[in-house]
Amino acid sequence: MSTVAMTVNGKTVSGDVEGRTLLVEFLREGLGLTGTHVGCDTSQCGACVVHVDGASVKACSVLALSCEGAEVRTIEGMANPDGSLGVIQAAFREHHGLQCGFCTPGMIMSAADLLAQNSDPTETEVRSWLEGNICRCTGYHNIVKSILAAAAEMRGASIAAE
Amino acid sequence: MAKDLDGKTQGIGASSKRREDARFLMGRGKYTDDINVVGQTHCHFLRSDIAHGRIVTLDVEAARAAPGVVGVFTAADLEGVGGVPCGWQVTDRHGAPMKEPKHPILAEGKVRHVGDPVVAIIAETPEQARDAAELIALDIEELPAVIDMATAAQGPAVHDEAPDNLCFDWLFVAENAEAVDRAIAEAAHVTKLELVNNRVVANPMEPRAAIGEYDLSRDEYTLTTTSQNPHVIRLLMGAFVLSIPEHKLRVVAPDVGGGFGSKIYHYAEEAFVTWASARVGRPVKWTASRSEAFLSDAQGRDHVTTIELALDAENNFTAIRCHTLANLGAYLSTFAPCVPTWLHGTLLAGNYKTPLITTNVKAVFTNTVPVDAYRGAGRPEATYQLERVIDKAARERGVDPAALRRQNFIQPDQFPYQTPVAVQYDTGDYDATLTKALDLADAAGFAARRAESAARGKLRGFGIASYIEACGIAPSSLVGALGARAGLYEAATVRVNPTGSVSVFTGSHSHGQGHETTFAQVVAEMLGLDEGAVDIVHGDTARVPFGMGTYGSRSLAVGGSAIVKSVDKIVAKAKKIAAHLMEASEADIVFDNGQFTVAGTDRAVAWGDVCLAAYVPHKYPIESLEPGLEETSFYDPANFTYPAGAYVAEVEVDPETGVIQVLGFTAADDFGSVVNPMIVEGQVHGGLAQGLGQALMETATYNADGQLQAASYMDYAMPRAGDLPMFTVDHSCVTPCTHNPLGVKGCGEAGAIGSPPALVNAVIDALHGGGYPVAHIDMPLTPQAVWQAIQAVRPAAAAAE
Repeated sequence: MSTVAMTVNGKTVSGDVEGRTLLVEFLREGLGLTGTHVGCDTSQCGACVVHVDGASVKACSVLALSCEGAEVRTIEGMANPDGSLGVIQAAFREHHGLQCGFCTPGMIMSAADLLAQNSDPTETEVRSWLEGNICRCTGYHNIVKSILAAAAEMRGASIAAE
Repeated sequence: MAKDLDGKTQGIGASSKRREDARFLMGRGKYTDDINVVGQTHCHFLRSDIAHGRIVTLDVEAARAAPGVVGVFTAADLEGVGGVPCGWQVTDRHGAPMKEPKHPILAEGKVRHVGDPVVAIIAETPEQARDAAELIALDIEELPAVIDMATAAQGPAVHDEAPDNLCFDWLFVAENAEAVDRAIAEAAHVTKLELVNNRVVANPMEPRAAIGEYDLSRDEYTLTTTSQNPHVIRLLMGAFVLSIPEHKLRVVAPDVGGGFGSKIYHYAEEAFVTWASARVGRPVKWTASRSEAFLSDAQGRDHVTTIELALDAENNFTAIRCHTLANLGAYLSTFAPCVPTWLHGTLLAGNYKTPLITTNVKAVFTNTVPVDAYRGAGRPEATYQLERVIDKAARERGVDPAALRRQNFIQPDQFPYQTPVAVQYDTGDYDATLTKALDLADAAGFAARRAESAARGKLRGFGIASYIEACGIAPSSLVGALGARAGLYEAATVRVNPTGSVSVFTGSHSHGQGHETTFAQVVAEMLGLDEGAVDIVHGDTARVPFGMGTYGSRSLAVGGSAIVKSVDKIVAKAKKIAAHLMEASEADIVFDNGQFTVAGTDRAVAWGDVCLAAYVPHKYPIESLEPGLEETSFYDPANFTYPAGAYVAEVEVDPETGVIQVLGFTAADDFGSVVNPMIVEGQVHGGLAQGLGQALMETATYNADGQLQAASYMDYAMPRAGDLPMFTVDHSCVTPCTHNPLGVKGCGEAGAIGSPPALVNAVIDALHGGGYPVAHIDMPLTPQAVWQAIQAVRPAAAAAE
């Protein structure tokens, strides 16, 4: 066992982990942040996507110990400070971008990284970006719509702020 | 685009946003694996890596001594525990019951598929359980694996009870067989097609999980499990496997991350953790890895079929004859026998007035993962063979495939329509959905689009398929006569609270369908309440009185009807209370939009006042009416419901590589009345993606040794966002169901039923249009399969030039 410390959703946390403990296990079992899901064992499905130092990563493919000192953000950290849904979350609700909800946290975290890099993606770019996130319920139609709508909303907000 | 009816913002017809979304979007969902119980242990199953063999050595002593191990169990420890039961019995054409060999919780001396559980290890942590499994000595004497259905009769017996590996040989409708043979012999034209409905893996994104708990002080068990029907699990596991009476067994299915059929069934793992929780005296938790899911979740489809369609000189369909080999896998899963029989043979009339139909189904045991219902279940297999053979017939006869369908459609004035395959359709208009789909897909502009593709060296194709399905499963007396070992009604309790809010306890289970929203819309509409005043409770046998669960697109048609029935009883009682409060005759009370009035007067009492009076019965007809306002109903449907529609696929094929691009997909469905258009459209989108996945890329193939060759997402091709187009979906063609109170038919499976034949028809059309006369390609239409089909006819194409 070794001790690892990192910042998760703005809070400093630490815990004892084995060398083989994955980041997703540390988040779910160690910290009780069960919004990050495990849908496969080959790093294909993307249900476990979180942000590490601002970039989306699959938390099933990262050792907890390798995140020493990192800034980690999970789905539990995506709402607005007042607890209301963030822009991307709200867009998923508005456009029915989720059904069973299991892939949803990964989709939101992945989409957030896309929109941070590309504020005005095309439909093709959104579909291509989601290559690492599998959804079995929605046929992706409404997920793509949700992300495009969130992008427009965020662009509108940033124009309004200027 | 989801359009609200009449601009409604809530109630029936409104695209109400889903109330369940907030918890999922914030990471606050509560799926089984998210739940940790104080004192819990972790279970790992050592599974066979050999498809067929006898267990020669099984030594678990080293595992028992490993760090953290709490218990190690084999079949020898499970004395008195029953096998996993089957819920449906099919009778053979010769009158004998199907062969029904035992499906043990842990392998008893023999393993029958890769993934068959042999040993259960319980430890303090999942890692310790897995580590201990490495210390188990398991030697299996390998037997030849039975994989190919066509030669299964010659292989070694998977089960001693079925020496030729045949579970049953089913003929339907037997009385018509001679007439069908005669009609085919005398037909002006017969189109014959051999095809494979490929095996697929359901793959809900949440892997199965289960937590068993035993409370010694009360002698009570609780199972938390990833199920579509917790009451059914309580019944099957309690009565047949563990001999625990209902009042000592609670089954909870919390948030469940998709099912698509695979979470209907009772599985060995959930029985084991329940049983073991009492043996080790601590809660036992198991969560499947995705690899385990591939090797243990019931899989879908896997039919090999020959269909013959007879036409007269005017191209009227005169008869259909089918022969199908249906793969059951190594054991009978809960509803497996009814899928290739009663959910398949009864749908072979499709949307057409073909007078004579027979089908023969031979159901075969193989050394593969069990097969059971997967989204659509039997109906996609029926639709695929019909809609493919009709397209082939149109080509052979040189007629337009849409016109050939229209000519043979059951006409609107023919309803109710008694098919020659037992079921009676109540209502429909198949021409309307086909016209709608062709319009939305711009059929008229296709020729120009094809020319544009051709100019780029690409082959453009246009494919259509009609479908009908039997949903709203099902009238209990009918399915009982057909072999079901359960009733298929639904139950609902509507509890009006003293201040007028409403709690609804439904036996349906939502695992993505949005019942918490849709059911609340129905109740709010009926009672004139705000949707927010209605709460929907599901998924817990301790809270919900009874239920048969969610599958077969039955939740609104059957579960919703049970809720309506209870609300009707509530309103009837509330009227009595209102009459007493207003000192009027009950017959004069009118209830509308949350207000009770005396007809023809301005006297009124509000909903809330009546509810309060029911629980504070000071001024109350106490001699004739009990206090309280709560009603329970069981609704048993009078018939199946029959959603139907027409789908259009437009594709582009690259003849050099065989790569298919799906350029557009249009679905025009008649679901009867619609409660939440947004949710209905979402259901269609998801169904389309699964059907197109099956048609384009998904397949679960086994090698000769019985190894599943695509047993992870590295190998099994799940459709990704980039594989699919935006869909055009429409549900404006409405013929309401005639026998349930909401007029609804069900929408969950349609997309997966109609899309495979439309897609394959489009690809075949593209190839023919490009001068490649390919008659058929079996799914999945991978680039390799398409390219090979093109190569096979290239000489002919070249010679024709």
